[in-house]
Amino acid sequence: MSAPAEPVAVPQLGLRGWLRWVWRQLTSMRTALLLLMLLAVAAVPGSVLPQRAQSPERVAQYLRENPATGRWLDRFSFFDVYSAPWFAAIYLLLFISLVGCIIPRIGVHARAVRAAPPRVPRRFDRFPVHEELTVDADPEEVVAAAARALRGPWSVLPRFRVAIATGADSTRTVAAERGYLRETGNLLFHVALVGLLISVAAGQFFSYRGQAIVVEGRGFANAVVDYDTFQPGTAFQPASLVPFSLTLDSFAARFTAAGQPRDFQADVTVREPGRAERAGTIRVNEPLLVGGAKVYLQGNGYAPNVEVRDAAGQLAFSGPVPFLPQDSVYTSRGVIKVPDVSTGPQLGFVGFLLPTAVVDASGARSVFPQPLSPLLVLTVFTGDLGLDSGVPQNVYQLDSSRMTQLTAADGKPVTLFIEPGQTVQLPDGKGSVTFTTLPRYVALDLRRDPALPWILAFALSALAGVTVSLFTPRRRLWVRAQRADGRTVVAAAALARGDDFGLGAEVERVLAAIRGIGSEESSASTPTATA
Amino acid sequence: MEIGNLSTMLVWAAASSYTIALVAFSIDLAKLADDRTRSRGGKAVGIAMSTTMLGVLLHAASIVLRGIAAGRVPWANMYEFTLVGSFVAVAVFLLTQLRREVRFLGAIVTGIAVLALGLGLNVFYIAADGVQPALQSYWLLIHVSVATIAAGVLTVAFAASVLQLLKDSRDTGSPALQSRFFRFLDALPTPRELEALAFRLNAIGFVLWTFTLIAGAIWAEHAWGRYWGWDPKEVWTFVIWVIYAAYLHARTTRGWTGRRAAYFVLVGYACVIFNFTGVNLLFTGKHAYSGLPS
Repeated sequence: MSAPAEPVAVPQLGLRGWLRWVWRQLTSMRTALLLLMLLAVAAVPGSVLPQRAQSPERVAQYLRENPATGRWLDRFSFFDVYSAPWFAAIYLLLFISLVGCIIPRIGVHARAVRAAPPRVPRRFDRFPVHEELTVDADPEEVVAAAARALRGPWSVLPRFRVAIATGADSTRTVAAERGYLRETGNLLFHVALVGLLISVAAGQFFSYRGQAIVVEGRGFANAVVDYDTFQPGTAFQPASLVPFSLTLDSFAARFTAAGQPRDFQADVTVREPGRAERAGTIRVNEPLLVGGAKVYLQGNGYAPNVEVRDAAGQLAFSGPVPFLPQDSVYTSRGVIKVPDVSTGPQLGFVGFLLPTAVVDASGARSVFPQPLSPLLVLTVFTGDLGLDSGVPQNVYQLDSSRMTQLTAADGKPVTLFIEPGQTVQLPDGKGSVTFTTLPRYVALDLRRDPALPWILAFALSALAGVTVSLFTPRRRLWVRAQRADGRTVVAAAALARGDDFGLGAEVERVLAAIRGIGSEESSASTPTATA
Repeated sequence: MEIGNLSTMLVWAAASSYTIALVAFSIDLAKLADDRTRSRGGKAVGIAMSTTMLGVLLHAASIVLRGIAAGRVPWANMYEFTLVGSFVAVAVFLLTQLRREVRFLGAIVTGIAVLALGLGLNVFYIAADGVQPALQSYWLLIHVSVATIAAGVLTVAFAASVLQLLKDSRDTGSPALQSRFFRFLDALPTPRELEALAFRLNAIGFVLWTFTLIAGAIWAEHAWGRYWGWDPKEVWTFVIWVIYAAYLHARTTRGWTGRRAAYFVLVGYACVIFNFTGVNLLFTGKHAYSGLPS
């Protein structure tokens, strides 16, 4: 028994019917158009609002400054627009719509490609381009000449598909069509886009990338633990890391007199198992290829070599400390943590490295990115660095919550100014700091994405497809030749899909070939298209 | 004299030439409106075409000298993009004129060129110099030149679409367009023909834009270690690509052809301009190559 409340006038659509209706709506051009517009609009907020994937620190700052709106925006993924569910929904619907539209068209096109050109219409005068002329050659010759001109010089890829037939009153006719490549290109473009989406997704799955800071003279091994940060793809296996290591032999930077960067070059030595050690260089636009992965030069800076002695005069710290450049003159910020003191509280230093330091009444600052007169400017903290709590710490930040800053007699913080080769004593015999040398470091970015060749291939196929599709004219052309009073009356007509400025010239070209029958040489040199 | 300064002087000369052309093109359009039976080729349009050609020659020379002065291809900062983009727009206009009567586009194209060069010289100008390591790649030659050419082609297409919409509105009796000022529209080709012209150019622009996108991704893979990272410039380039893709679809969708399709061109071109100006100046991203102090 059906429910009595059901309205009688409405025909039962049923689940199948309803699904079919939804599918038809989804795969309609109108929906595709709507989804394209939505996609364009949805992509915009990601360029206006800071995004976590690009700059998490700016997102944090935005949330601090606009807590109320920020929280709501965050709730709707406005800081992760391109991985947001609503963004994914739009492009996935678009691709479903695309596939649903393309698959039937592939079938239709496959049939059309094998079909004969459309039959010769009865009347030519209703076509936008039609012409008539009378020649001496007989209809057979006319038809042959027209077919030759239409097919063009390449038999493999004829310009037109041509069908010759005999009509009523032994009229000879030619039906020709060109432009099948238009739809082929169109389909190729859309299929390539699907392939592109799938390969990008596969790349997300299998790729990995990691960042490491390497100081001059030091090395780096391709293992997850050796990276400062590491982002594996969903299906990443640590075993897929190619076992290689590299050493940064030297790093050279060149700047203009105004301090504009001009060239960065890292010279490295690469060691791969089972292969001879080799030298390599990495530059900004020239990544190093090692075992299927690429190593990029993403940044550089200074890592002053520092020795710290504690109150007992014991060496408590020794080594290079990477300082992060803050501006174009490499004013670099860094932190030195000295937990392993033999006696007394732990030591921490916060401050700047100035590659070319100028010290005057307004303070110390750097004026040039090269190390012409380096200066370390440090303030000193003593106490507990908090490294034993087990909570991972940022090496570039000092947790001073359980530390006290050393101050001078006048209550101002103690500031140490140290040049290379100098040793400065800490107040109250708390130890000493030596700035020995100033090596540079490079920030390397290692990345492997096995989908790259696929992504490129699909992108180029899409480009080829859309080009062919947009610039291949679709034309139909007919010729009819009939004997009358000892001569042959030739009529031609042509039709184009859409606006086609070359249609008249195409007809003219065929007619010129017909006029030129009997004078082959001249027919070849007859100026065909004058329009 | 220094080569860089000579280049700048030639840009001024080109801008002046275009200004004269702009005035002459406008006079020609006004005359056309008065006398629709007169065949084209009056004095004003002759002056307009020859000053445009003079302008484009000066413009080309200034670009070449700029490249020599900087010791690299002359499209690596906003001033140079403006210089080359407006050059391409004028060149596309002149090349199209070789095959088809499009002199009615002259006023808009030279107008945009004058505006672009004026902005370039007064706002975006920086002295010719080398480039930072991230830009030292042969992809600068390929990616940026094609992007700039695409922008130039889309500019001319935009001009055609604007005229198409105005003409269509006047023909259908829109009261805002019945004043004497708009009488020049009566001398133009039909909205359908203008639409066909705009489509041809937009199709070329779209293919070039697709190429720009792919070349940019390849370069980004080389320089930054990722082919796509949703950098603001990448976002807007993508948005523009989607809008023009929508335009191409609209043309084949019943109910969206003609006027409605032309609106996509207006929005798309507005985004091209924004991508070039707003994105460079307002947003922070990896494509920050205006060279201007922030």
